[in-house]
Amino acid sequence: MNAGRGGPGRWGAAALGVLGVACAAVISEVVPRVLALPGGVLPPLSEIVTALSGEVATGAFWESLLATVRQWALGLAFAVVAGIGLGAVLGSVGWLRRATASTIEFLRPIPSVALVPLAVLLFGTQLWSAVLLAFYASFWQVLVQTLHGAVDVDPVVDETVRCYGLGPLARIRHVLWPTALPYVVTGVRLAAGVALILVVTAELVIGSPGLGQQIMAAQSGGATALVYGLIMVTGLLGLLVNVGVRAVERRRLAWHISVRGEVAA
Amino acid sequence: MGEPRTEVLSARTGTPPEDTRARMLDVRGLRQVYAAQDRHVEALHDLTFDVRAGELVTLVGPSGCGKTTLLRLLAGLLRPTSGDVRVEGSEVNGPPPGTAVVFQEYGRSLLPWMSVAANVGLPLRYKRKLGRRHRAELVARSLADVDLADVGDAYPWQLSGGMQQRVAIARALAYEPRLLLMDEPFAAVDAQTRADLEDLIRSIWRSTGVTVLFITHDIDEAVYLGERVIVLSSSPTVVQDDVTVDLPADRDQLDTRALTRFVELRRYVYAEIRTAKNGPALQGAR
Repeated sequence: MNAGRGGPGRWGAAALGVLGVACAAVISEVVPRVLALPGGVLPPLSEIVTALSGEVATGAFWESLLATVRQWALGLAFAVVAGIGLGAVLGSVGWLRRATASTIEFLRPIPSVALVPLAVLLFGTQLWSAVLLAFYASFWQVLVQTLHGAVDVDPVVDETVRCYGLGPLARIRHVLWPTALPYVVTGVRLAAGVALILVVTAELVIGSPGLGQQIMAAQSGGATALVYGLIMVTGLLGLLVNVGVRAVERRRLAWHISVRGEVAA
Repeated sequence: MGEPRTEVLSARTGTPPEDTRARMLDVRGLRQVYAAQDRHVEALHDLTFDVRAGELVTLVGPSGCGKTTLLRLLAGLLRPTSGDVRVEGSEVNGPPPGTAVVFQEYGRSLLPWMSVAANVGLPLRYKRKLGRRHRAELVARSLADVDLADVGDAYPWQLSGGMQQRVAIARALAYEPRLLLMDEPFAAVDAQTRADLEDLIRSIWRSTGVTVLFITHDIDEAVYLGERVIVLSSSPTVVQDDVTVDLPADRDQLDTRALTRFVELRRYVYAEIRTAKNGPALQGAR
């Protein structure tokens, strides 16, 4: 598809990607062996993989993974619903948006981690602590993106469909929602990443059940290789989330300028 | 410009020869004032005119005379400061039913996330209870009427500007309006396309009998298209003149524009616009 651009084609790009991963694997195998740091703080890849595969065989690992995913999904789901709902309302009602702008700008930069004590106070070390933190962090991403999307409605489109007798609900469905959708999807993609960070943080700091808690357990048990292995799993999880949202984006937003990459005459 | 009006024009109509057709559009004492920060901007001073059922009327005026404001008032998108607009006898408080609008910005008035056919069919989904099949038929027929029978599945942004505006016209046709309002619909397309679209409007008007009010800044276009040309003055905007276009109903881009009568009418309207630009021609107001 890039033929003639001088860059590698699709297969070339895939080959380069595989090559990159292979190089990283080799480096993470060789460098720890060469450095041979004391106390095994930097185990080679093969040890990490062995430790991880031993862990994967246990039910505890899958339980933790499931717990992390569940907390992440719950926090994200609440954030998406609340963010879209509130964003659409604020985006379409001008005075409401102006009235709330300063409050949003004040609340948004509060680091979610600062809410850890509050979460513990409310929910202890239960799952809901992690959900709350994930929710708070990802909510703003969705809200702000949706808000911008709703503001972006083209007045010409809106007036045209009004002339053709479309009522408020029909206009939300056919104009507001499709206009805001690309923004919303971007917001959800950002939110998904942030939510995962906060869930793992909550598990590490508060000790809610999940991969983060397992990492802490492995660390205090001196299983350094396993610590690295679990960290890799959280990375893979993040990667999967991003790839998934992007796939949805490409399918649903084929008409959108950023996806179609074409300018009409 | 104290130049006397060309007397070839019998139809200087404060009182037109009795027209028995029903009033499709009735504009009385329309005035629109925008409140700017420290002063009031009067977009329209006092407009009174009507359009009878089945007429094709063009409305021309110097730039900045409030043509777009007028269209927004007629389409029910804006409430007038005073005066009123009636469509088929009922006062316009919101978009009047049975009225379709074609805007200048075709690229922005079509929904980019919908296929051409879906764009044309959208208003029908809310107009009245039409069966899916009937709707599809209307969409197909309207697209065929504007020579776009085979692009229903394409997206608007895949089409040229002229084609996009034809989609917008097809959307208006499928709506089966009794009144069609057009706001400088061809101002942004090239000259060749424009000529074709002008002929398309004439032929649609003749075959459907829809009432058309066509707003333009182009004097040639106004005379070529219209059965009647309403000339607006510059601000403070009033109806400066109302000219009957007594050209043959069969119009042709080459032949009609070469007619002596066309040239006379064009010249007359041009002079009116120039007078309008050089000073408020309140003597033309009622």
